[in-house]
Amino acid sequence: MTLQTKPNIADADGFYADLIAAHDGLSEDESAAFNARLILILANQIGDRAVLDAALEAAQARR
Amino acid sequence: MLDDRYSLAFKLYPYERSADQDAAQAVRHPVIVVGGGPIGVATALDLGLQGIPVVVLDDHEGIGQGSRAICFAKRSLEIADRYGAAGPMLDKGVVWNLGKVFHEDRKVFEFNLLPESGHRFPAFINLQQPYFERFLVERLRELQADGAPIEIRGRNSVQSVEFHDDHVRLQIDTPEGPYTLEADWLIGCDGAGSPLRTMMGLDFDGRVFQDSFLIADITMKADFPTERWFWFEPSHKAGASTLLHKQPDGVWRVDFQIGWDVDRKVELKEENVRKRLDAMLGPDVEYELVWTSIYTFQCRRMKKFRHGRVLFAGDSAHQVSPFGARGANSGMQDVDNLGWKLGMVIRGEAPDALLDSYCAERRHGADENILNSTRATDFITPKSKISHIFRNAVLDLAERFEFARPLVNSGRLSVPCVYDGLPLNGPDALTGGPARTRVGSPCPDAPLGDGFLLPRLGKGFTLLTIDVEAAETIEADGVIATRVALRASDDTTGALAERYLGTAASAVYLIRPDQHVAARWESFDAAAVQDALRIACGKG
Ligand SMILES: Cc1cc2nc3c(=O)[nH]c(=O)nc-3n(C[C@H](O)[C@H](O)[C@H](O)COP(=O)(O)OP(=O)(O)OC[C@H]3O[C@@H](n4cnc5c(N)ncnc54)[C@H](O)[C@@H]3O)c2cc1C
Repeated sequence: MTLQTKPNIADADGFYADLIAAHDGLSEDESAAFNARLILILANQIGDRAVLDAALEAAQARR
Repeated sequence: MLDDRYSLAFKLYPYERSADQDAAQAVRHPVIVVGGGPIGVATALDLGLQGIPVVVLDDHEGIGQGSRAICFAKRSLEIADRYGAAGPMLDKGVVWNLGKVFHEDRKVFEFNLLPESGHRFPAFINLQQPYFERFLVERLRELQADGAPIEIRGRNSVQSVEFHDDHVRLQIDTPEGPYTLEADWLIGCDGAGSPLRTMMGLDFDGRVFQDSFLIADITMKADFPTERWFWFEPSHKAGASTLLHKQPDGVWRVDFQIGWDVDRKVELKEENVRKRLDAMLGPDVEYELVWTSIYTFQCRRMKKFRHGRVLFAGDSAHQVSPFGARGANSGMQDVDNLGWKLGMVIRGEAPDALLDSYCAERRHGADENILNSTRATDFITPKSKISHIFRNAVLDLAERFEFARPLVNSGRLSVPCVYDGLPLNGPDALTGGPARTRVGSPCPDAPLGDGFLLPRLGKGFTLLTIDVEAAETIEADGVIATRVALRASDDTTGALAERYLGTAASAVYLIRPDQHVAARWESFDAAAVQDALRIACGKG
C-alpha cells in the first residue's frame, strides 16, 4: 500500500465540518488531547508502517 | 584507598593474605577479573568451568546491601543454569505473570505474560540482587571445592593499570599494603562507575535522564497479590509514576518517580518516605521499611568493549535505565558471549580476532537494550508537553480499546538479542525454518520427555540434528562439534518441531557454546558444517 494522496474522503465538506465541530467547547489542552486520540485511532486503522512513515513525512511543514 | 562505598548484605569473601603478596616478582595470571559483582563472578564461573585459572579482585568483602535488580529474565536463569547456579534462584525467586496498569487510579488494563509452556525456566523471577549474587558465589565455592582454578580476593582494590604487548600489570591495594599482579587478560566488571575505564581514559557517552526515583523496599502484613502494578499519574501524588512489585521474604518494591530537583537527604528521611507510602497504601496498611534509596540513571555505552587485552562486561561497558530490567540481564549475556571466546583464544583454538566479535555482538545487544529502555523512559516520563499529551491519549484509549494497549510502555522486559547479520554467522539454509531459531538467535528451550533441551546444548559446539543422519562428531582445525541427535517425536507436545523445524522435514543446527545458532540446514553436509564451524570461531 502507498499513501493515498488523491481525494478519498466521501463528503469532504461534511467531514471537515464534523472535525471542527468535534472541538467545539474544548479548551486548547482538551483539543490537543482529542487530536492525539484521533491520530492514534487513525494510525491503527492504517497499520502499515510504510504508509504511516509516508504520512509522517507528508505532514511535515513545507519550508 | 579502601573506603567502603556501601554496606554488605553478605560478607562472603573476607580479606585473606595471598601468597602472591609475598612473591618476589609480580605473579602472572591468565585472567584477572576486576569487580566481584554479578557479572564478575559469573565470568569466573564460566572460565573456571572451562578449567581456565581466574582471579577475581573486589574492593569490598562481599555483596552490597540494598535494592538494585529484582527482575531476572529467563535467559539469565538459563545462563546461570549452564554454570550450575540456577536451582537456588528458581527456588527462592517469586514468579509473576499478571501485570496491571493504572492511570489516575483507574485500571487501564491488565496483561498476563502468558508464559509459553515447554521451558524449564519462567519468563521472569523476582529476586533481590544480593541473593542472585550470593547464589553465584556459593556455586563458585562449590567449584573451588571440586578443584576449579577460581579465586576471589576481597578487599583487593585495583589502583592502576599498565599495558604491555602481551600482558597487563596491576597495582592493587589491600589492608596489608599494596602489591602487583600481572594478567594475560583483564576483564573489567567494575560497574557503571568503572575505575578501570577511568584509569584508561575511555569514553562512556550517552543520555542523562532528568528524573529521580525513590525506592522503598517494605514488608507488609497486607495481602497484596503477586502482580506487577504500575501507576501513571496516580492521584495520591506520591510519585508521578509508581511501581509496586513483589520480592521474596514478603518484601515489596515500591518505586516512586519524584522529579529531578529533589533534596535527597530530605526525601530519604523516614517520615517523608512514609508520607509517600501512606498516600499510596492508605492510612490503615501497616508496613516496615527494609531499604530506601534514590537513584537517577543514564543510558550509555562505551564505543568499544575490547581494548587490546582488556575487555569490559556488564555495567562498566553499558548502562541502561531500570525500566525493562536490562542491566544485570544483559551483563549475563555478555559473560555468556565472552566466556567461550576467551577460553578458545587462551587454549589456542581460535585467533585473537574472535574477541573482536565479542565487542560487535554485545554492542549490538547493548544498543537494543538502550533503545528499548530509552523508549520506555520517554513514555513513563514524557519530556515535552506534546509527548505527555500523546502518552495520556494512549492510556485513555487503552482503557477502552485493545489496539492501544501494545503502545503502553512501562518497560519492555528483557529478552536476549539476536545477532542478526554479524560476522560469526554461517548459512541460514533451512527452508521453512522458524524465524525465532534463525541464525544468530539464542536457542529457545523445548521439553524432551522428563527433561529439557537447553541442558543438552552449550558444552562446546553442538550439532543438533532432528530426524536426519549425521556424523557423531565433526572437526575443523582442532575444534570439535558433538552431535545431539533428536527426533521430532522425542517431544510429544510438538514444541520441539514448532521451534526448530517449522515446515521443514528435518534440520541440522550448528550451535555455539553460548547456545546461539551459528548455522542451520535441512540435511547434513560435513564440509558445510566445517566451514560454518570455522566462521563461528572467527576464522572466516
Ligand atoms: C534501582 C535499580 C534497579 C535495577 N533493576 C534491575 C533489574 O530488575 N534487572 C536487571 O537485570 N538489572 C537491574 N538493575 C541493574 C543491575 O543492578 C546492574 O546492571 C548490575 O549490578 C551490574 O552488575 P556488574 O557486576 O556489572 O556491576 P556491579 O554490580 O556494580 O559490580 C561492580 C563490582 O566491582 C567492584 N569494584 C569497583 N571498583 C573496583 C576496584 N577498583 N577494584 C576492585 N573492585 C572494584 C564493586 O565494589 C562491585 O562489587 C537495576 C539497577 C538499579 C540501580
